[in-house]
Amino acid sequence: MTIIKINLFIMVFGLFITNAFAEDIHKDHGGATYHAFWLEAQHGGGREGDKSHVEWDGWIGGDTHKLWLKGELEGHKGQLEESEVWALYSRNVADFWDLQLGLRHDSQPESTRYAVVGFNGLAPYLFETQAHLFVSDYGDISARLKQKNHLLFTQRFGFEPYYELNFTAHNLARQSLGRGLSDGEIGVKLFYEITRKLVPYIDLRYERKFGRTASIARNVGESEEDWVASLGIKFLF
Amino acid sequence: MNLFTKIFAGLLALLPMLPTVAATTEYTLVIDRQPVNITGKVVDKITVNGSIPGPVLEFTEGDTAVIHVENKLDKPTSVHWHGLLLPPDMDGVPGLGGYDAIPAGERFTYQFDLRQNGTYWYHAHSGTQEQEGHYGALIVHPKAAGPVQADRDYVVVLSDFSEETGQQIISNLKKSPHYYNYSQRTVGDFFADVEKEGFKSAWQTVSQWGQMRMSPTDLADVRYDAFLVNGKTNQQNWTGLFTPGERVRLRFINASAMSMYDVRIPGLKMTVVQADGQYIEPVEVDEFRFAVAETYDVIITPEANQAYTIAAESIDRSGFALGTLAPRHGMKGPAPEKRPRSLLTMADMGHDMDHDGDEMNHGDMAMDHSGHNMADSDTSKMQSGWADASTPEGHKALQYSDLRALEKQQDQRPPAREIEVVLGGNMERFIWTINGRKFSDPTFEPIQLRYGERVRLSFKNTTMMAHPMHLHGMFVQLENGQPTEKLPNKHTVNVPPGDSYSVLLTADEPGEWAFHCHLLYHMAAGMMSKVVVAEYNDDLPDPVTTPASDMGGHHDHH
Repeated sequence: MTIIKINLFIMVFGLFITNAFAEDIHKDHGGATYHAFWLEAQHGGGREGDKSHVEWDGWIGGDTHKLWLKGELEGHKGQLEESEVWALYSRNVADFWDLQLGLRHDSQPESTRYAVVGFNGLAPYLFETQAHLFVSDYGDISARLKQKNHLLFTQRFGFEPYYELNFTAHNLARQSLGRGLSDGEIGVKLFYEITRKLVPYIDLRYERKFGRTASIARNVGESEEDWVASLGIKFLF
Repeated sequence: MNLFTKIFAGLLALLPMLPTVAATTEYTLVIDRQPVNITGKVVDKITVNGSIPGPVLEFTEGDTAVIHVENKLDKPTSVHWHGLLLPPDMDGVPGLGGYDAIPAGERFTYQFDLRQNGTYWYHAHSGTQEQEGHYGALIVHPKAAGPVQADRDYVVVLSDFSEETGQQIISNLKKSPHYYNYSQRTVGDFFADVEKEGFKSAWQTVSQWGQMRMSPTDLADVRYDAFLVNGKTNQQNWTGLFTPGERVRLRFINASAMSMYDVRIPGLKMTVVQADGQYIEPVEVDEFRFAVAETYDVIITPEANQAYTIAAESIDRSGFALGTLAPRHGMKGPAPEKRPRSLLTMADMGHDMDHDGDEMNHGDMAMDHSGHNMADSDTSKMQSGWADASTPEGHKALQYSDLRALEKQQDQRPPAREIEVVLGGNMERFIWTINGRKFSDPTFEPIQLRYGERVRLSFKNTTMMAHPMHLHGMFVQLENGQPTEKLPNKHTVNVPPGDSYSVLLTADEPGEWAFHCHLLYHMAAGMMSKVVVAEYNDDLPDPVTTPASDMGGHHDHH
């Protein structure tokens, strides 16, 4: 809740400070403030029961400095399993890349805060890339890499292959995580752009745990992998 | 009173005005926001004296223009007189040359002497108001009979119309730069290429664009709901009347915010007599490529008793602006054939050193991209996709190299210095720059020119889009391969993608002048600069600007 409040505060404050420059001729030619927010919600299921996922990702700011807000909620069989809210300062450092610094607050699976440093940008071959390193308030270090691509069958119908990998530098019993590559997913979204701002999709993905994390899961009788099919919708604001 | 005394009294009343009438032409323009219905949907747009476009303002060379502008908008506005030679504080760019925006609800009177004649236009220089209807034609007639005679004279203003506001358009482009591009490459296109040219070649193309993180389909950034001729849609069919055998002058003005066209009148040859309001030696063509903010005056002589279609096809082939020339109202010419959309090639990225030279003067300004991380195999054989208008065999399309000034250029001095103007950008973030900087950047530097000096501006376009570069306050001369005394004057120079082009300039108009890409959203995104013409002490640092590194996905190596 606190983080959400902080997010709102920064957003409002951001709007306020950018309006102060509205009349300047230089600001009018390249210095304006814009925003983009993507909000996705999907629901589906796999062998391990139903799964829901809500994700938001977006920014407000100029070409060089942005406030970047993102978050994810993941439900499994009616329970909130994962909850992350991020607030980052994003600075353009190369043509296609932003350096990001900020905070991430998780309430599930355990209440933890992380300092975040990472990159967000566009890799060659148009791979949208997010790579972040986290240091929790317990001092644990972890990392996440996400990439996706956007390909078209027709001008509105297409697919988005993606993957995500999570790493941790320690064995974290609290979070049932083992050192190294802990878990990942690979999937594809088949989408239809009704408009650029309203995009329903079907998501098919394979999730699995790796290494020690997989053994931990097996030991408590949980599955180490799952196939999930979902229906989702994506909005652009 | 009988009729005679009425006429006499009327003439008497006019008498004291006569000397004034000869010297001053006065107009009032009311800028307002009103609901308009152009596409079938009622939307609020900006009107000038109640219409889109605004009224045609007509003057005579040597007159003093007095134009009162009343701002009924709820925000500041401005009017820029595109192509006119005038004092900088009358040029209408808020914040430059001593001119301030006209505040909401207030009135401003422009006053300046008309030192030239020709076809020009006017438009807002505030935010995206130009997109929303704040534009119109401005004609200055010659004092005595000019070199061009015609039986009829029509203004043909082309523009692009969106139901969205300009602010919505640029916001969408900033969210997603391909927001309006519904002609992107698909998986199917890839397999079609594999079938046509083999996997290796098809993959090479995909891979080159992929490595650069660019798209070969970026011909236009915005898709419009309608293209207009004098404010009319194709259904509303603007019609210009003629009697067969008459010489008809068409004054084409591209007042579009973002759209370039290939303009033709099937069945008629066009004789181009003016470019950007400046007389040129007549050149007969079948079609011309029409960049944003340019003007061309053409003479046509329709002989047949039939309707002809003025067809301006947008270069992304998303549609036409259509009008009709006919012996009487209610007629319509044949619908023009839609031409294929061209695809950008590596040549449009400056990877082609093997130009035929018939089109542009490259001279020693060819770009050196040898250091670029390109698989530079046999790209030298590639043709520019941008320049390919699918002109039919045997038809003549106007080239810049065809333009020859009608009268001898006054200043034939060679340039004393060369100023490089690198056009850069990053489509993926919709950032556009001049010499690596946006106008808003803290490190922005104006281009400083000594009063009276002769310089060369060397454009180097490192992006995959054409940029119509407009300099306020002064004409430039295209270095188009013609002899020095015949170089044509232009106020807007379209620099093709990946290409270089140079122009000459005599800095004879002191003051601050805007210098920018006339694609409205490129300018709004930062592609604007400032040229300052002043007396500089000689101990001032030499004002040559050395371009900083380009922000775009493309880097210049020199």
